[in-house]
Amino acid sequence: MFVLILKTESVQYSGAYASMKVDNSLRLDQFRSNFRVQVTKIEKDEKKEEDLIEFDMVGIDASIANAFRRILISEVPTMAIEKVLIANNTSVIQDEVLAHRLGLIPLNVDPRLFEFMSESDLPNEKNTIVFKLHARCGKGGRITVKSDQLKWLPQGSEFLLSTEKNAPSSTSKQRTYTSFSCNQDSIPELRDKPIGPKYPGINLARLGPGQEIELEAHAVKGMGKTHAKWSPVATAWYKMLPEVVLLENIEGEQAEKLKIKCPQKVFDIEDIGNKKRAIVARPRECTLCRECIRGYGWDKKVAIRRVKDHFLFTIESTGALPPEVLFTEAVKILEDKCERVITELS
Amino acid sequence: MGVDEKFNSIHEKPENRIEIDKQFLSAPVKKAVDKFQLVPEYLKARGLARQHLDSFNYFVGTEIKKIVEANNTIKSSQNENIWLKYTNVRIDEPSTVINAVTVPITPHNCRLSDLTYSAPIKVDVVYCNGTGYINQAKSNVTIGRMPIMLRSSHCVLYGKDEEELAKLGECPLDPGGYFIIKGTEKVILIQEQLSKNRIIIDTDKKGCVQASVTSSTEVTKTKTVIRMEKEKIYLYLNQFKGKVPIMVVMKAMGMESDQEVVQMVGRDPRYGALILPSIEECASKGVYTQREALEFLEKELTRLPYSSVHNQREGRTMSILRDIFIANVRVTQNNFRAKCIYVAVMLRRMMEAILNKDTMDDKDYVGNKRLEVSGQLLSLLFEDLFKTMNDEARKIIDITLSKQSRASRLDIIQFITRDSISMGLERTISTGNFDVKRFRMHRKGMTQLVGRLSYIQALGSMTKISPQFEKSRKVSGPRALQPSQWGMLCPCDTPEGESCGLVKNLALLTHVTTDQDEGPIISLCYCLGVEDLELLSGEELHMPNSFLVMLNGLILGKHLKPQRFANAMRKLRRAGKINNFVSIFVNEKQHCVYIASDGGRVCRPLVIADKGISRIKENHMRELKDGVRTFDSFLADGLIEYLDVNEENNALIALYEKDATHETTHIEIEPFTILGYCAGLIPYPHHNQSPRNTYQCAMGKQAMGHIAHNQLCRMDTLIYLLVYPQRPLLTTRTIELISYDKLGAGQNATVAVMSYSGYDIEDAIVMNKSSLDRGFGRCIVMKKTTAVCQKYENGASDRIVRPQREGWDANKMQILDDDGLAAPGEIIRPLDIYINKESPKVTKGTATNSSELKDSDYKNTRQSYKGSEGETGAVDRVALCSDRSGNMSIQFMIRQTRRPEVGDKFSSRHGQKGVCGTIVQQEDFPFSERGICPDLIMNPHGFPSRMTVGKMIELLGGKAGVSCGRFHYGSAFGEESGHADTVGSISETLVEHGFSYCGKDFIYSGITGMPLEAYVFMGPIYYQKLKHMVMDKMHARGNGPKVMMTRQPTEGRSRNGGLRVGEMERDCLIAYGASMLIYERLMKSSDPFEVQVCRKCGLLGYYSFKLKSGICSTCKSGANMSTMKLPYACKLLIQELQSMNIVPRLKLTEA
Repeated sequence: MFVLILKTESVQYSGAYASMKVDNSLRLDQFRSNFRVQVTKIEKDEKKEEDLIEFDMVGIDASIANAFRRILISEVPTMAIEKVLIANNTSVIQDEVLAHRLGLIPLNVDPRLFEFMSESDLPNEKNTIVFKLHARCGKGGRITVKSDQLKWLPQGSEFLLSTEKNAPSSTSKQRTYTSFSCNQDSIPELRDKPIGPKYPGINLARLGPGQEIELEAHAVKGMGKTHAKWSPVATAWYKMLPEVVLLENIEGEQAEKLKIKCPQKVFDIEDIGNKKRAIVARPRECTLCRECIRGYGWDKKVAIRRVKDHFLFTIESTGALPPEVLFTEAVKILEDKCERVITELS
Repeated sequence: MGVDEKFNSIHEKPENRIEIDKQFLSAPVKKAVDKFQLVPEYLKARGLARQHLDSFNYFVGTEIKKIVEANNTIKSSQNENIWLKYTNVRIDEPSTVINAVTVPITPHNCRLSDLTYSAPIKVDVVYCNGTGYINQAKSNVTIGRMPIMLRSSHCVLYGKDEEELAKLGECPLDPGGYFIIKGTEKVILIQEQLSKNRIIIDTDKKGCVQASVTSSTEVTKTKTVIRMEKEKIYLYLNQFKGKVPIMVVMKAMGMESDQEVVQMVGRDPRYGALILPSIEECASKGVYTQREALEFLEKELTRLPYSSVHNQREGRTMSILRDIFIANVRVTQNNFRAKCIYVAVMLRRMMEAILNKDTMDDKDYVGNKRLEVSGQLLSLLFEDLFKTMNDEARKIIDITLSKQSRASRLDIIQFITRDSISMGLERTISTGNFDVKRFRMHRKGMTQLVGRLSYIQALGSMTKISPQFEKSRKVSGPRALQPSQWGMLCPCDTPEGESCGLVKNLALLTHVTTDQDEGPIISLCYCLGVEDLELLSGEELHMPNSFLVMLNGLILGKHLKPQRFANAMRKLRRAGKINNFVSIFVNEKQHCVYIASDGGRVCRPLVIADKGISRIKENHMRELKDGVRTFDSFLADGLIEYLDVNEENNALIALYEKDATHETTHIEIEPFTILGYCAGLIPYPHHNQSPRNTYQCAMGKQAMGHIAHNQLCRMDTLIYLLVYPQRPLLTTRTIELISYDKLGAGQNATVAVMSYSGYDIEDAIVMNKSSLDRGFGRCIVMKKTTAVCQKYENGASDRIVRPQREGWDANKMQILDDDGLAAPGEIIRPLDIYINKESPKVTKGTATNSSELKDSDYKNTRQSYKGSEGETGAVDRVALCSDRSGNMSIQFMIRQTRRPEVGDKFSSRHGQKGVCGTIVQQEDFPFSERGICPDLIMNPHGFPSRMTVGKMIELLGGKAGVSCGRFHYGSAFGEESGHADTVGSISETLVEHGFSYCGKDFIYSGITGMPLEAYVFMGPIYYQKLKHMVMDKMHARGNGPKVMMTRQPTEGRSRNGGLRVGEMERDCLIAYGASMLIYERLMKSSDPFEVQVCRKCGLLGYYSFKLKSGICSTCKSGANMSTMKLPYACKLLIQELQSMNIVPRLKLTEA
């Protein structure tokens, strides 16, 4: 027995209600009083840095909530390794694959301190972070190269441009792949919190005896819609608040049955005198597994519904920014977009 | 290069080749003994290519000795004292000869440097050169080189453990069973044939009943047919002009009395009635005695092409009857009695078939088939080559002896150390054309390249059985699934199309027998009360309750208590007194006991049951688990035995122990073993529509994944690899047994079954861009290009020079190292030079010293990377080796890493292939309440017509697997024995983890943000990326190359060819009336040509630039010339016709 949740779509056309003499227009003051955000859970990782937030967002249309979700996934910028200069790689892992793996490492750096690099830009201290990785396996045994072996180079690239190699001029500073005008260490925010991979234990490659990897990785700012590596969230999503309604009083044996039926323990039993009556104790736990309405006739007794303007939002950050900051960034981006529409229209 | 080091690093810890049950299924406690452990034990003991290995080991161990022994003397016909005798033969360690030094070789070395993996065949000889009559002995004479099958008993890999294999550069999971010939891996396909030396009763085209025997002895191969035509019975033999009355033949063999013949056939009056016309015919021909019969037959003989008069006139018919007619029945001292009885039995069975159609033999019955495996085929070939060599040696000796003056002393040894054997073996295996002149055997396509696109393909080519029927015949019989294939041949794995049902594959536990010595069995039979044929009269032969005893098609005698006899034989077999693979089959219908010990029968192990009670008890399995027991000890203790297809007819085999009744004699080990390797990958195949499993068997071979553990050290011409292959979440027992979980070819994708975007029609799938960003479906394609540094006849050779770092072509040489070769790791773009080679301008004539040549004597022969725009790759490896002619060859592996794009082909494990229709951003993808976003979306229309319920269960099982953290199983027919999780238990797990029991999730649209109106079936399914990718197929052309002869555009993508407007397209355009378009496509865009036509004679002329006008060379004038356009191909046709004395004339009119 399946119960379809019919009418999932909201009304797109504002005049639909007006013709029926129902006022459904959204008023700002109404929205102000109704809208509310309530954080329910913040999870921290080993380093006591936040990486997950759950909050309720009440009194808003699904399209706006979805806009936040979409922006979080694809439009909040972060830094990620985009270019890898491989000087030596004698390991079994192919250069492209290694580069791809490096790109997916989350970096512990605030992207707001950096600028986007356009095609015409030269890599400088404002738009590029340079890492170095040099791993070598000695004789005997094998080693695993982990992400913590990526070392930040605040001075910029150490590799000389190939044109410079042939003519080493002692007069000026030799040109490298980046043109930093100053040490990135001098930026106060970066001095306090050195740049590095967010998680130290990500496997990059395994080296056999005598194998070596030497490379430089250049991280730039980008957005999740270009490549998933720039997405600041592992994922961000919401669900609508579950609402479980008992359509009739369920008492006695039936109540016990109902309580056992639900694997998420949504239902509980209330004692009224001698009688046992089922109540909906933890509707939030409902995962919509539909166990409670499985079996003949149960769909007449229990209804599982969703509240259309109450969203349980979850953001899992990859580590560049704490999730609540990510959300405010997303709000800002939406704001920018709205403003842009307004300026374009006016 | 560091090849070895790289390879070693892949193997961290040597694990057992076939791990025995990592996760025990949480199956309910069973009373029946879980016999599954026998299967891994069997495969561990025997390997995955056991059929090939066993037969090859038998050949090099036993058969080769027999062959040499049978032909052990070369004796000059001119001088009795010149002779040579082989006393011993053996095969040495695999080695190769480099600069006259014998060096041991390893298989991987052979693959890399295009060598043949072979070992010298050494013989010990005693010989006499005639001088002084002294017998000389010489041992270790190499008479040739035998290609060695990998992992066979003579291979260096034999008995090596994983670490040692890794040191030799070999993948421990590789099955072996193939040869390496000139660097390519070749497998001799298993050949399916009708049984040799057996009577087969069937009907010919006209419906006449016939009995045929294909006799095969070491000496000859003949086919004898006895056919009933118009009530009379005739013999058909190639040596006779036409049909010969069978009674005449009987009389010729000494059966002069008609009564005796009738007695031999059987006294039943119905038989007598059937044979009467033949007897009458014989009498009408006036043949009554043996002499008359022989005289009659002499006239019927085909004339021999050359020999004029046979020296003994009577002898020829006699010798044909003795040596060719039913050659498998030997005649000793002209005693034809055995042969007469054989013919009588043939006649009797024919008549039985006439009286009762049911007794007709079925040619498609697997019991009437023999599989020729590589060892048998190789021994046939070796025997022929060995004999040819000996014959030639004798001929040469005779020729040398007949010469009057001989300069040097004759040394017989030099004639047997030529390389005719090595060359013959090598050529045959590398081309696959078997030519054995003695048996008039000419077969093509006997060998095949071991497919290395995927591990499964390599495994699959080891079990492939190629048919003897030609594919064009439109008969359904041989193609149909035979009930006797059960457990022996995989019912799923067969190709589609023309060879559907003809090409088969072995099942998981099938064993193919090798030849066994008959001698002990014969004497044993007589000991067990078989009455000797010689002592029986014709009358006694077919007494109502006596059974004939046949051994490998030969009549041994009769037995009065066949059942007791068979039981005794079986008891002896189980006790190990006779070979395990001897089959004893009591045929009640034919009143025969068939004993078979010949090679090529398929058989499989079964658990013996006594009155329905399995002999294997709990304690046996425990002992197996503790390592006290092996599979062989199960055999030795008589708990298990091998049954071939015929003997299966005497057995009542229960599928499970619980089904066994009092009559049950055997119990299956595991039902999923009826499938082969390829079909074993499919989870829940028994829930699928059967053709889907067949499709998957073909598709699994095209899936990209890991090829072998040494994949990065291989230098194949084309390698496809998946970057992050996974082990399927929903596995089967077969997957574990064949180590597919270690060399996977696919990824577990979260699939949502819903419609999305319209780009998913016709099986297309919608993919999530973020998944692709994160590495889903990413693959590596490596192509090999080779450059050869040629040496020329005048001593000059190509050279590789330092690249120019400056100048106009410097940027094309950027990737070159200072040695003039592309450096590994460099990114290579189309037109980049990868080898800066120069060739001498003069390559012929007198010898020159290459050091004297100046730079100006060389011309550029650089090689540049070909590939269309955007096909950049990276140089993966560069390898140098010397090729067969001693030139240096430089091999480049060029690697491309590709991410999936629109048009790439994917498939699940249920024959459901589809291309990627579109790639969608993650934010537009639907997501579930737990934030799960699918990797790909599949259209639900793929299900109703395909009925792949197995795929749905795979999704459910996979989903339960990821939620509870345990790999689920979906072995074929496994629900009952606990090798497959039931939907019920899966649903329970799902519910426990908060999913709906049916696997459907509540989904939000990623675009609108609102929930979807339907619940969506979502979960992980193992998806394979197939080798067909758009990048390799995409093709378009504007202007391009043309064929020289017709001046029309070239054909095919590789030649940048045009797209043909074919006949049907042309018809459409004609019907539509688009004449100008036709004109444009067929002429303007193809091969327009301007010709001068003479209006007078209608022939083509030419344009004279001197006179500035057209001239007709026939009329010798330029007066009546016209210029017109026609396709160049038309002009060509006209001229070609003229060359054949046909004059096409063009008649021009004003348009």
